[in-house]
Amino acid sequence: MTDAHTPVTEEPTRRDFLYLATGAFAAIGAANIVWPLIDQMNPDASVKALSSIEVDLSAIESGQSITVTWRGKPVFIRRRTQDEVGVAREVSVVDLPDPENDADRVVKDEWLVMVGICTHLGCVPLGQAGDFNGWFCPCHGSHYDTSGRIRKGPAPKNLEIPPYDFVGDTRIKIG
Amino acid sequence: MSGESTYNPSNGVSKWLDSRLPILRLAHDSFVDYPTPKNLNYWWTFGGILSFCLVTQIITGIILAMHYTPHVDFAFNSVEHIMRDVNYGWMLRYIHANGASMFFIAVYIHMFRGMYYGSYKAPREVLWILGVIIYILMMAAAFMGYVLPWGQMSLWGATVITNLFGAIPLVGENIAIWLWGGFSVDNPTLNRFFSLHYLIPFLIAGVVVLHIWALHVPGNNNPVGISVKGKQDTVPFHPYYTVKDGFALTLFLILFSYFIFFAPNVLGHADNYIPANPLVTPAHIVPEWYLLPFYAILRAVPDKLGGVVLMFGAIFVMFLLPWLDTSKVRSARYRPLFRQFYVLFILDCLLLGYLGAQPAEGVYIVLARVGTVYYFAHFLLILPILGLVEKPKEVPESISEAVLPAAPQAAE
Amino acid sequence: MKNLTLKTLAASAFLVAGLLSPAHAAGDAKHPEVMDWSFNGPTGTFDRNALRRGFQVYKEVCASCHGLSQVSFRNLSQDGGPEFSEAEVKAIAAEYTVEDGPDSYGDMFERPALPKDRFVEPYPNENAGRAANGGAYPPDLSLITKARSGGADYLHALLTGYSEAPDGVEMRPGLYYNPYMAGGKIAMPSPLLEDIIEYGDGTPATVEQMSSDVVQFLTWAAEPELEARKRTGIMVIIYLTIFAGLMYFSMRKIWADQH
Repeated sequence: MTDAHTPVTEEPTRRDFLYLATGAFAAIGAANIVWPLIDQMNPDASVKALSSIEVDLSAIESGQSITVTWRGKPVFIRRRTQDEVGVAREVSVVDLPDPENDADRVVKDEWLVMVGICTHLGCVPLGQAGDFNGWFCPCHGSHYDTSGRIRKGPAPKNLEIPPYDFVGDTRIKIG
Repeated sequence: MSGESTYNPSNGVSKWLDSRLPILRLAHDSFVDYPTPKNLNYWWTFGGILSFCLVTQIITGIILAMHYTPHVDFAFNSVEHIMRDVNYGWMLRYIHANGASMFFIAVYIHMFRGMYYGSYKAPREVLWILGVIIYILMMAAAFMGYVLPWGQMSLWGATVITNLFGAIPLVGENIAIWLWGGFSVDNPTLNRFFSLHYLIPFLIAGVVVLHIWALHVPGNNNPVGISVKGKQDTVPFHPYYTVKDGFALTLFLILFSYFIFFAPNVLGHADNYIPANPLVTPAHIVPEWYLLPFYAILRAVPDKLGGVVLMFGAIFVMFLLPWLDTSKVRSARYRPLFRQFYVLFILDCLLLGYLGAQPAEGVYIVLARVGTVYYFAHFLLILPILGLVEKPKEVPESISEAVLPAAPQAAE
Repeated sequence: MKNLTLKTLAASAFLVAGLLSPAHAAGDAKHPEVMDWSFNGPTGTFDRNALRRGFQVYKEVCASCHGLSQVSFRNLSQDGGPEFSEAEVKAIAAEYTVEDGPDSYGDMFERPALPKDRFVEPYPNENAGRAANGGAYPPDLSLITKARSGGADYLHALLTGYSEAPDGVEMRPGLYYNPYMAGGKIAMPSPLLEDIIEYGDGTPATVEQMSSDVVQFLTWAAEPELEARKRTGIMVIIYLTIFAGLMYFSMRKIWADQH
């Protein structure tokens, strides 16, 4: 603690400045060394290069689904029946836990493309199951509808829609 | 040197901790207020540099292990994956690969400093022995690490070294097979070397703790080799030697960086960028530079068992150094004859290192034999006899007296 | 004083000998001429045009026998390399066919290569390569400049160094004389002949030019990080030099009361 006899402020001396400069320089160096040690754990160049895939849809009949792998995750591609689309469209969106129109979740009505990872804790849901005849996650009992929206259970969000485009009538590019 | 602790906990938390686990007190007494002879020169900074090298190797090694695959089909390609795809992977690998060489440069300077100033003599014999153990562990780690990229030198270096064990009478062949996990150096060998290569640095770190402990009981030796007589001979470790070690480390890092960024492969062998091929042996199998003197000793002997025995003997004779040197005077400053033999010994080690890289034929073999004989003679004959016949120069009374430009003595 | 210099001398001799010792005698091969490459030295960089021409030489001459297995097409567009545009790389990749699969019927199928794919190997395996080349396997070139002592200089000397065998050297059929090869005999016939290719940028395709270009390309293929490495190195050395200065003066101040 300071008392009346010791000066509260001292003139910064050249010596203090030198020590400060040295310390600051050491800190800059340390920060620059730490970044490569952290960044090496980020996805590397070969992983990034695999980040888009193309899928041929021509062999999928109405009412059938396939699962493809994209960035190491399952992607559900379902050719929905007219009924499924109809049911998905009739729902009162405002009452949903994660309100979203079915039309906003698809590029073409018939084709539903979603990341097959439950938004609760990352399990893979089962298709055409659960109370809403969409997807059902057996890990903790989340029910998704025919648009992949969460309807019941602990999951907070609808199943994620990956970025994708049609590159032909029956060909999509994911990622 | 174990005086009163000067640690004074400054706040409630550190007081609380100090009465339960006095780890801050230990750190303070070991690295802050540790009384250090005030006349240590730059050769003494290599202890700190070596600690830095060990930490660097462990950190970069753990990171490389995140991207490396210890399998004969993937090892070479996974190293190239690190070099080409992993973010900053080339830098981390070059730091690790050149770091091994820098580690050995530093450890050799550290060892030769100890030999020059008699740092192995009583009461520091245990300190020296722990150092030799660290050195042996370092060689084992470096050798196994060199196998991991699974290039031509990796495979054939491993083959040659593991075959040494085949020289052991009766059980030799079984030991080699046991080491390999097969009938040649192959996937099981690579996989176990990876595991051991990961383990050994932590063993080294453990022995380093003992090494520092064994240092802090008698305290540092110093360039005049006279024991500390009192407070006037010492300064606190911090800030005097933290800043001096830091400065020396920075200079060392400039050399290190030169290798990493501008000559990353000059210390390695080109053949290790050729994937391992069990059907083709390279023209010259050469170990890394830091093992060359021992390799020269191995090849100097025309008998397999004899070569192996001498090679291991060349390392183990270092354990006996504290008792082979019979002189009571520590520092070579006051031992004019020893100083000349010391230089000869360094030249002999350099000669053996050079010969280790040459083909084992003609004059090289003859020279290697001369060098080997001299190496052992230095330890087993010269040092014991020198201590008895040499008349040392007058040793000053104390460190302070030696450091001060004392006029009366100069007039003598 | 004498004492100190002796120690310094001994220590530096130790260091220097340690550093030099791995360089062993290169057998009976002729020493390659040391070239003044643009990528030499602490600030060296590749010549983009040379890299692109060198890629053309590799593609049109070397690739029929030599693989480049560590390199992906995508590498051709990354910084510090030939720096083709992404569209160009897509087009280059699409000229190759790779096997992919299995498809949903379990069959392997062929498709045009994509930037993510590695360069396509000339032979399905090493034995096929040997069989096609009279028993000598054409080595993969992705690391060739790092895998030969002498590196780029050696490769350039080898490519331009073919000559008639001197008197007294007997050549078996299928072997060619090249003084830069250890033993003087090489199973690869001189691969570069005047105007064997036509450069896209109109550069005359002399043997010297093609060799220099392809060596530069292969040096990049072996060390794609070279430019980034040297750039980082310059910054690191400058930083450490300044820091060493600061540490030195701090040390002088701290030790001032002891001298």
